[in-house]
Amino acid sequence: MSFTKAILGTASALAITATAALSDPAIIYDLGGKFDKSFNEAASKGADRWAKESGGKYREIELSSEAQREQALRRFAEDGANPVVMTGFAFASTLDTVAPDYPDTKFAIIDMVVDKPNVRSVVFSEHEGSYLVGVAAAMASKTGTVGFIGGMDVPLIRKFACGYVQGVKATNPDAKVIQNMTGTTPTAWNDPVKGAELTKAQIAQKADVVYAAAGGTGVGVLQAAADEGIYSIGVDSNQNYLHPGSVLTSMVKRVDVAVFDAFSQGADLTTGFHVLGLANGGVDYALDEYNAKIFTADIKAAVDAAKADIISGKIKVHDYMSDNNCPIE
Amino acid sequence: MDKIPRWADIFLVPFINLVLAFAASGLVVLAIGENPFDAIYYMIRGALGSTSGLGYTLYYATNYIFTGLAVAVAFHARLFNIGGEGQAAVSGIGVAVVVLAFDWPHWALALPFAIIGAGVMGAAWAFIPAYLQAKRGSHIVITTIMFNFIGAALMGFLLNGILKNPNTQNAESIGFGPGAHLPTAHEVLAPLGIAFSKSAPLNISFLLALLCAAGVWFLLWRTRLGYQIRAFGQSEAAAKYAGISSVKIIILTMLISGALAGMLSINVVMGEQERLIKEFVEGAGFVGIAVALMGRSHPFGIVLAALLFGMLTQGGFELLWEMPAISREMVLVIQALIILFTGALDNMVRDPVEKLFRRIRKGRI
Repeated sequence: MSFTKAILGTASALAITATAALSDPAIIYDLGGKFDKSFNEAASKGADRWAKESGGKYREIELSSEAQREQALRRFAEDGANPVVMTGFAFASTLDTVAPDYPDTKFAIIDMVVDKPNVRSVVFSEHEGSYLVGVAAAMASKTGTVGFIGGMDVPLIRKFACGYVQGVKATNPDAKVIQNMTGTTPTAWNDPVKGAELTKAQIAQKADVVYAAAGGTGVGVLQAAADEGIYSIGVDSNQNYLHPGSVLTSMVKRVDVAVFDAFSQGADLTTGFHVLGLANGGVDYALDEYNAKIFTADIKAAVDAAKADIISGKIKVHDYMSDNNCPIE
Repeated sequence: MDKIPRWADIFLVPFINLVLAFAASGLVVLAIGENPFDAIYYMIRGALGSTSGLGYTLYYATNYIFTGLAVAVAFHARLFNIGGEGQAAVSGIGVAVVVLAFDWPHWALALPFAIIGAGVMGAAWAFIPAYLQAKRGSHIVITTIMFNFIGAALMGFLLNGILKNPNTQNAESIGFGPGAHLPTAHEVLAPLGIAFSKSAPLNISFLLALLCAAGVWFLLWRTRLGYQIRAFGQSEAAAKYAGISSVKIIILTMLISGALAGMLSINVVMGEQERLIKEFVEGAGFVGIAVALMGRSHPFGIVLAALLFGMLTQGGFELLWEMPAISREMVLVIQALIILFTGALDNMVRDPVEKLFRRIRKGRI
């Protein structure tokens, strides 16, 4: 019978391929999926760039349920993948229990700290990058009112908001910042309609620059801002190209660099706490041909001055996550 | 009218549905340039080929048995409870509160109380739609689905507030203590000399699920209440005429249904995650509808259907692993096709099969 033949043939082919892929790096995307136009996608770009430049191969998997977190981590570790990179803070508890079982495997977690000897914890200084775009927002605003729209209400997003507020207030102490979070569930990362509604509500309260730190929801924020003729600020990836002349700048977070670095170091990955900030290019503001006209020389001078001061330590931007508190609203 | 034999109703029709579903899925796999036989092989091997795979399959099946039973019990009273998702989610709060409230010395002590906590919360979440249906005539389909959203919001509120673990930014509670750890299949089987994967999440909740299935069978076909539920489902007017209170049946049925859906959190929250996380139900409440449909609302059929869906979930993940060309969404398409053929297109197969049996019978007589 041809059916049994096909199955038997497959079984023998499988025995050969099963031993491949030793010590290749691996990446696990979170439930948002590889193509989320934001965080996970940036990570996959970093992995692709590594594959292109090194000629190496890597393995990847997209999760579709919570129970698969542990399953995927263990399978990669047992298959000999090294290092294993995972995107997002949701992996923290799982990695905490899995990592000690595979002392010879190196793990890298992005956006979270897991204190284990074989884990690299990559965190970004989003508060510094957000401070810079806050300065730009305050400079560009004519009404003295600017907006912030977060995705899911988690400390990480409050960290964005807090840095932003500090940047705004440092530039214009009288400025008003309107803050909204899209929601409290992960769906808040992908709700562009609600993002647009919140933007319009903020515009009604006279906001004329809106910073979106909301993943896929941000697409709606930027769209509404462009429709209403105000400025918006993108996040994570450089989103300036989405609405030229409306997107003032983007707070870029180089997740791709984090993945690329981890893959490049391979099995010799240095572990421990790893901060990507302004100083080492982990976060930054984006300036390109799409926003060159609106991102004036004045704004650029002010932002660059703030950037230099943060790097030199002259300005200390408060990190919300250090004490779960923001000194100014 | 002639009916088809019971064995054909329970086994033959679903089997033909399944074959058709696999054929259609095979075409999809073929369309993206992969070998469909390989795909089926990977799925089956991934689901059953190792104790780890089997452990995951039965773990998922446990969830689907609970939610399938929940939907089925309501079906028998002709109530369409599509709120299993929310009822299961809210029941997680019950489990978390019970487990975190005390420093439990042993799981055997914690489990009965956790079951009560989960059951009470799940039932409570089903009670309001049931009350609105029974007393106000608000359609249960609308209210239960809306309560899924309210449940999600409530979970978000609690997990970002008083239940939140301050050491993580994930919306999750602190971990449950070792005293509330449910024995996994590995721990149960190791003393018997049976080696079972250590990492598989299968735990003793599976036995609870089988117990619930037996309990539902007993309730529906061996008790007075079960008779009333079925009578009410067959004909509301006749049941009323016979003196059965519709308010009582609607509310009691929904309470049982909600409590059954709530048992899911024993498996996931207490058995697997050992902490309360935000979206632990992950669609199992909706899969339960398909499971109940395919299982013909009979506990035995539901257990079988749940096993199949468990295999699909676990096998689908393995497929992703072995065939990089197949994306997560493709696996979803394959699973959806199987649900479509076994659930929605059931009559497409049933009618010809019924005709066939009628012809055979006539020929014989």
